[in-house]
Amino acid sequence: MMFLRYAGYRFLTMLLTLAVVSVLIFIIINLPPGDYLSNQIAELQATGQAEGVAKAEFLRREYALDRPLWEQYLIWVGALPGPQGFSGLLQGDFGWSFEFDAPVADIVGDALWLTVLVNLAAVLFVYMVALPLGVLAAARSATWVDYSTAFIGYLGLATPNFLLALILFYYGHKHLGLPIGGLMSPEFEGEPMSFDKVKSILVHLIIPTFVIGTSGAAGMMQRLRANMLDELSKPYVETATAKGLSPTRLLTKYPLRMAFNPFVADIGNLLPAMVSGSVLVSVVLGLQTIGPALLTALKSQDQFLAAFVLMFVALLTLIGTMISDLLLVLLDPRIRYGAREG
Amino acid sequence: MSPLLEVQNLSIGFGAEPPVVSSVNFTVNAGGTLAIVGESGSGKTLTCRSILRILPAAAQMRSGMINFGVNASKQELLALSANDIRDVRGSKISMIFQEPMRSLSPLHRIGNQVSEVLTLHRNMSLVEAKKDVLAMFERVGFADVDRAYRSYPFEMSGGMRQRAMIAMAMVAKPDLLIADEPTTALDVTTQAQVLGLMKDLQFDTGMALILVTHDLGVVANMADNVVVMNKGRIMESGPAAIVLGSPAHGYTKRLFAAAPMIPEIAQPADPILQDDPILKLSNVSKTYVLRAGGWRKTIKVHACKDVTLSVQRGKTLAVVGESGSGKTTCARIALGAEQPDAGSKIIFQEDKSGVPVSVNEMSRAEKIAFQRQAQMVFQDPYSSLSPRMRVEQALMEPMEIHEIGTKASRWDKAAEMLHWVGLKPDMLKRYPHAFSGGQRQRLSIARALTLDPVLLVCDEPTSALDVSVQEQILNLLEDIRDGMGLSYLFISHDLAVVARIADEVAVMRQGVVVEQAPPETLFYNPRHPYTKALIAAQPEPDVNRPIDLDKVAIGAGSSASWPEKYRYEGANAPDLIQIEPGHKVRCNV
Repeated sequence: MMFLRYAGYRFLTMLLTLAVVSVLIFIIINLPPGDYLSNQIAELQATGQAEGVAKAEFLRREYALDRPLWEQYLIWVGALPGPQGFSGLLQGDFGWSFEFDAPVADIVGDALWLTVLVNLAAVLFVYMVALPLGVLAAARSATWVDYSTAFIGYLGLATPNFLLALILFYYGHKHLGLPIGGLMSPEFEGEPMSFDKVKSILVHLIIPTFVIGTSGAAGMMQRLRANMLDELSKPYVETATAKGLSPTRLLTKYPLRMAFNPFVADIGNLLPAMVSGSVLVSVVLGLQTIGPALLTALKSQDQFLAAFVLMFVALLTLIGTMISDLLLVLLDPRIRYGAREG
Repeated sequence: MSPLLEVQNLSIGFGAEPPVVSSVNFTVNAGGTLAIVGESGSGKTLTCRSILRILPAAAQMRSGMINFGVNASKQELLALSANDIRDVRGSKISMIFQEPMRSLSPLHRIGNQVSEVLTLHRNMSLVEAKKDVLAMFERVGFADVDRAYRSYPFEMSGGMRQRAMIAMAMVAKPDLLIADEPTTALDVTTQAQVLGLMKDLQFDTGMALILVTHDLGVVANMADNVVVMNKGRIMESGPAAIVLGSPAHGYTKRLFAAAPMIPEIAQPADPILQDDPILKLSNVSKTYVLRAGGWRKTIKVHACKDVTLSVQRGKTLAVVGESGSGKTTCARIALGAEQPDAGSKIIFQEDKSGVPVSVNEMSRAEKIAFQRQAQMVFQDPYSSLSPRMRVEQALMEPMEIHEIGTKASRWDKAAEMLHWVGLKPDMLKRYPHAFSGGQRQRLSIARALTLDPVLLVCDEPTSALDVSVQEQILNLLEDIRDGMGLSYLFISHDLAVVARIADEVAVMRQGVVVEQAPPETLFYNPRHPYTKALIAAQPEPDVNRPIDLDKVAIGAGSSASWPEKYRYEGANAPDLIQIEPGHKVRCNV
């Protein structure tokens, strides 16, 4: 019961944060002088194409770009009627992309779900790699196990992602026959879901997951190791030893459970780092995520597209933090009961 | 009869260093109690841990044998495989540790942690184990056993957690229980009850007990046999009555001399003159508002209520009470470190003819001047000195802050203060880690003295120290007080410590002063049940004067369970009434 109340409260604060974030995003995107259309008008006038100018002027009015910034914002959100009445984020209308000359929703469409998929796979990868290696490194601290995991970890942290991507593509293709680039074979693009398409996507996911996840996994492994080492020297571990628990059971039941808290709390930090980090990787790997779209949109001041992508990333992050907060409450009774340690 | 446990020629060391435990021999009989007594660094903890083989990874067992068991079941513990020793741990030999606050996992329910022993060693299902665990919980004195089973450690007080630890150690009915300073972290009344409980349980089950402690009083109450250790070697061993009755070794004698005791008093003292107060607290209250559950519900906690005390010039006023009694809050308020509730009055008067200032409503300039006059000595000398500052920096910093003197004169002053506290001026260049606990506490005192204060607030200055060091620090504090004409507000949980240094004692319980008198009067004629409990709970190093648990039980309970005359509920404490000159008791009239 208390948990549900907390979850509801946490959800409300998330919505509030999202509202604040939307303001920030809108302001930042509009900081550079001009907008996509005024840039275009200037260009058209310079080349003397008057009828193009008329069309651009029409679009400017159509999308309310001639109004003051705060009105533009409210129209974008959908809290104020625009030229076509209420149609903003709240109504599910994500706006128009000038660069691609199509509704934002159509352009991002599939890319949204592929972004979620790629990042989810990377998060899973991070946790599946960091958890056993971190625990092992702590349990066997100052032995070759510890040193070699640390070495691999630092290698993962230090290698630039795009370089890692190129290397993996080359060798993955040469020795394992893994596909190069993209998130599915070209013949499945735009096709409805089928078993073969899923298979193709999964095979294509292997290298991107690895590339995006390595540095996160390396960092998290080191943090988990440090937390575990702290916990291992606490008196309750001694109590458990004196009880006669076997080392494995002791490790997993007591210190791991304690070291898990920061591990879970990291979900919130991990998501934004990976989503923003994967933009570049997506460009290099040719992944059909929203990464490349964001890059183009920012370059050409395609403001509705850019704003939507940023909003989406912010939403992912906020959902990540909310999940980690809720998990922490479930995991740690001290937080659950709001107790302060004596 | 052959002994249950036999430790022979045990030596333990670290790296290439000389051994920290060397050639230790002792035996424990089935059902008997052996006390291992020593100060920090004596090797007593390593010795007892080596029995279960839970030494730190860097420790090496250099030599020795530990035989455990009688006749056919005899095992050499040091020769067992890792698997076999695990079958001994928790099952045949179990252990209780010093810090109940940290020795239980904070994330697992008490019931889970305790029943684990049974599911592990006795092949029980959780349901079967729960029955035994609940029975054990009842035995160790939990009022609501089901609730205790469901509780997390942080929901319990220190005493309750230690009871849970004892339940965990005893639930599998081991043959031997090793208790490493089991009551050191507890209040004296709780200590008495926990010791009593351990004794009862031992009587019920016939198990043997190894009690590791630094407190000769605890030994006298519990042990049949005693081993006195110092610097890794056994100094003296034998039956408790003999070792405690007529100690033969010089070290044992020194331990005895240093052990603080509540003296037997032949007649009460005269009341001390209350005509020249340096610090006067009148009706001081402090209420904290806590958020509990939800985010709108708040509860009020009275840290202290209507406290009226005065420190006389050149004298020591001691405030005694257990954790949570509000004594430290009083000290902080007296120093202006915390704002009391409205209506509280704290008056400080630098000298007899000086202008009285009100500590809780000072201007900034007055406050700075006041801070020069009143300094504090803290409890833990290990954490109250910055590890990154040299002694000279730590000692000169207060003078720099108050812009006193030149660099050279500050240095001279620092050197002079070191001399006062019995250290050498050439130590000024060192860092705190180069000093022992007692030396560090001398440094904290020296630092407090550099501003030439007239009032020193000492917050449990000796409770983190060994008994022999405690004795030295108390002597030092007395010398300084008389030599420099200081006045002390001395906070302590230990009546015996206070007995020797205080001119007047105020006993606090749950935020109120329950009894106040000069120490001699207090010990000669204690009136309040809580004071009586404190005195009764003090373990005396004399086998013929065991703790009177009934007296402890009467006074240590809640205020609602006190005898009619003193009883009250909640915050409705009766008034403090003067029953004879200089002796006040809080009672109904």
